[in-house]
Amino acid sequence: MSAAPCTTGTPPLLLTVVHTSAALLAAGSLLGTLWHGLDERGIALAFGVLVTVGELTRWTGAEGREAAPLGAAAALSYALLGEDGGHPTHHGVLQVGAVVLAASLLGSVPHIARGRPVLDHLARRVLTVGFAAVCFQPLYNQGTFQGWGPGYALLLLAVLVLTALCDALLAAALAHSRTRWPFGPLLRDELRATLGIGSAVCATGAVMALAVAVVGLWALPLFSLPLLLTQMSLRRYAAVRTTYRQTIASLARATEIAGYTPAGHARRVAALSREVGRDLGLSEAELTVLEYAALMHDIGQLSLVDPVPAGATAELPVEEQRRIALLGGAVVRQTGVPPQVAMVVERLADPCPEQPVAARIVRAVNAYEEKARDAGPGGPLKALEELRLGTAGDYAPEVVGSLARVLSRDCLTWPVAG
Amino acid sequence: MEATPARARVYVACVALCALACLLPLLATATPTSWWAVALLAALYAAGEQIAARRRFVGTFYPVLLAGAFLLSPPAAALVAVPGALIAPVGGRPRLLRRVWRASQLVVAVWAAARVHGALGGRDTVVASDFPYALAPAGAAVLTFCLVLTALDGGILKLSERVPGRRAWRGLFLRSLAPIAVHGLAGLMMAVLWRSPYGSVAALLVLLPMCVSWWVFAQYHRERAAHQATIRALVQAVDIKDGYTRGHSERVGQASMMIARELGLADERVEVLRFAGILHDVGKLGVPTRLLRKNGPLTPEERQVIELHPEYGHEMVRGISFLGEARAAVLHHHERLDGTGYPYGLMGGQIPESARVVAVADAFDAMTSTRSYSRARPVSVALRELEKCAGSQFDPRMVTALARAVDRYGWHPAVTADEACTAPARPPAAGVPGAHR
Repeated sequence: MSAAPCTTGTPPLLLTVVHTSAALLAAGSLLGTLWHGLDERGIALAFGVLVTVGELTRWTGAEGREAAPLGAAAALSYALLGEDGGHPTHHGVLQVGAVVLAASLLGSVPHIARGRPVLDHLARRVLTVGFAAVCFQPLYNQGTFQGWGPGYALLLLAVLVLTALCDALLAAALAHSRTRWPFGPLLRDELRATLGIGSAVCATGAVMALAVAVVGLWALPLFSLPLLLTQMSLRRYAAVRTTYRQTIASLARATEIAGYTPAGHARRVAALSREVGRDLGLSEAELTVLEYAALMHDIGQLSLVDPVPAGATAELPVEEQRRIALLGGAVVRQTGVPPQVAMVVERLADPCPEQPVAARIVRAVNAYEEKARDAGPGGPLKALEELRLGTAGDYAPEVVGSLARVLSRDCLTWPVAG
Repeated sequence: MEATPARARVYVACVALCALACLLPLLATATPTSWWAVALLAALYAAGEQIAARRRFVGTFYPVLLAGAFLLSPPAAALVAVPGALIAPVGGRPRLLRRVWRASQLVVAVWAAARVHGALGGRDTVVASDFPYALAPAGAAVLTFCLVLTALDGGILKLSERVPGRRAWRGLFLRSLAPIAVHGLAGLMMAVLWRSPYGSVAALLVLLPMCVSWWVFAQYHRERAAHQATIRALVQAVDIKDGYTRGHSERVGQASMMIARELGLADERVEVLRFAGILHDVGKLGVPTRLLRKNGPLTPEERQVIELHPEYGHEMVRGISFLGEARAAVLHHHERLDGTGYPYGLMGGQIPESARVVAVADAFDAMTSTRSYSRARPVSVALRELEKCAGSQFDPRMVTALARAVDRYGWHPAVTADEACTAPARPPAAGVPGAHR
């Protein structure tokens, strides 16, 4: 879910810079390779096929993380390939760029046909692979690394670590300029992802390059097998996460259908809470807990005999609020979501210094949503003002401040659920 | 497992003796150059097992063991497994016996694999990195490793838990062959890189992708379990609120699945229809509890409110994409073939197939389980009743399929553990006249 920024004028400068440099690099490599011709066609073909297969099996993950580990690893290992079965290779930076670009484009055809965005992905791939190749190929072709032995493996690893950092920076910059979310937390999430699947990609890239150097092209099919398995389980993991999210969202609708809360309330609170959480710099895992808790924050009302008028829990006495929160926590605990979610729901009505951040956010956003809902055109501003005044006891000042920032960015409209 | 049978203890002791015999040549003929390789691999294996146990990964660090088998002499390769297997935490008692068992089992298996690999000349192909010829001895070694491991496992299962031997063993072997083959590939790569000019550093890199693969796999299983728990919780909420016999939803799911199987549908559709059966009444969450549990006849207005539940249910599940045609079943499971059902009064073929399946399953379970307003009827009577209504209310095809399936497999509704042990005191409830007849 993401808020649609209301100012959609010219694309941001950063985005243009990234895309232009990627396009320049791509054009340069293609022209250079056309001029010189291909060195070692067999190797180029083998790696090209691997990159294409990797791209074909790519999918757009819910969180936009590396979704084509096989393609990325194959491209990186081609950039870092020094020998083939003991014989030195001669392909340079330009050929690496051209082969990877052509293979990625070929592999992206089905994705383009289905109208999925591939531009950012391609730009990232070309730039990171170009970076790795520029670090390695010129020095290798001059013969600098001859006889390094184990040091050579460490060198490859070092280049790949640098490349991964560069890629994380690039991904965070692209996400920042697309969404206007704060850069710091985006970079942190990217780096965390780099530690997980990113490290596997880098290690596989290095091992593939080394293995091809030792045993020749036989290493490619042997090595892609474990990575292909990883890719498959990643894909299934993403699928099950998506269905899980949908199930939770449906569960949250139970209160709306039963007439306890107005339609769309839980979804709006969840979307806005996520925005505020992102603005406050929560990590991706914390954002998931926050979103689930926000979706289910009213579920305790299912245990009530009589519905609260219009589901407006923020107006109830504190004791009653706390009772509903505890009931909700009990229901949430039964549903098998992570226990942190139940804890957040349980503590929604506690005094705010004792609450976890997620509970503070859901409480403030819920109150804002209830106050602003039926108040007409001036409602949002008035509701925000009321929250500010109530800040001392009930609502955390930093959360209200962040909520005001998010709302002003979104022009005080409801976030559009994505 | 408190009382381990004496036969099992003797068996473990025998295998441990075999393991010691495998390790014995080390005292006489160890080449000093290979000691550090053994130490490094053993430390790696021990650390990997510790991490795997703490993070609850599925699978063990076989690549390290197999790399040892491809690199070292049989006794030295067998030694690699010992520290890790002895240190790593075990689930259940008796701890010492289990640790000894695991260590000796691995020692024997690794020794046999290394022996086969050496006999086929595998060590030379690894040193010369002679592909694809290095694959044959490695494949044979992996097969041996898997055979020995599962044979020993089958033996202990037969002795301690009295599982019939051959069938248990075949299942074990087939299940573990594919993962161990992948581990073997990684082990072979480790061995080849270890012997290459790039040395052990490059070999260690092979493990990183494997670890990430395990991690993702573990995450997937955790998330899937959580998802299923959520759906179950949803269903139980309906069952409690409704005051029917518990497990109605699960049983309708099972009956729907039987019908779907009998119709020869594809496996995915069978699974979706099971979900359709389980979730068919989820909309009752939206109906006031007071109405659902009302004692005595309902007024027309009250009946109208209750008849909204398919639409409520559809409203709830329509956002869950994996449910597919189950969503249509939730909306239309009270339609009748003659067009007098609700909510839309669809006729015949207008009613989605999934809904026609669930309608039959729902009515069948309603008749064969005890309700507060009616006693359970025998299965044969219920089937006759369904056949009587086939054509007007139910699709005859589904009714015949159910009758055939029940005839073939019987009707044994599975009562899950939690339902059996917390049998609820059923509140007095008037059911929903018209909902099931």
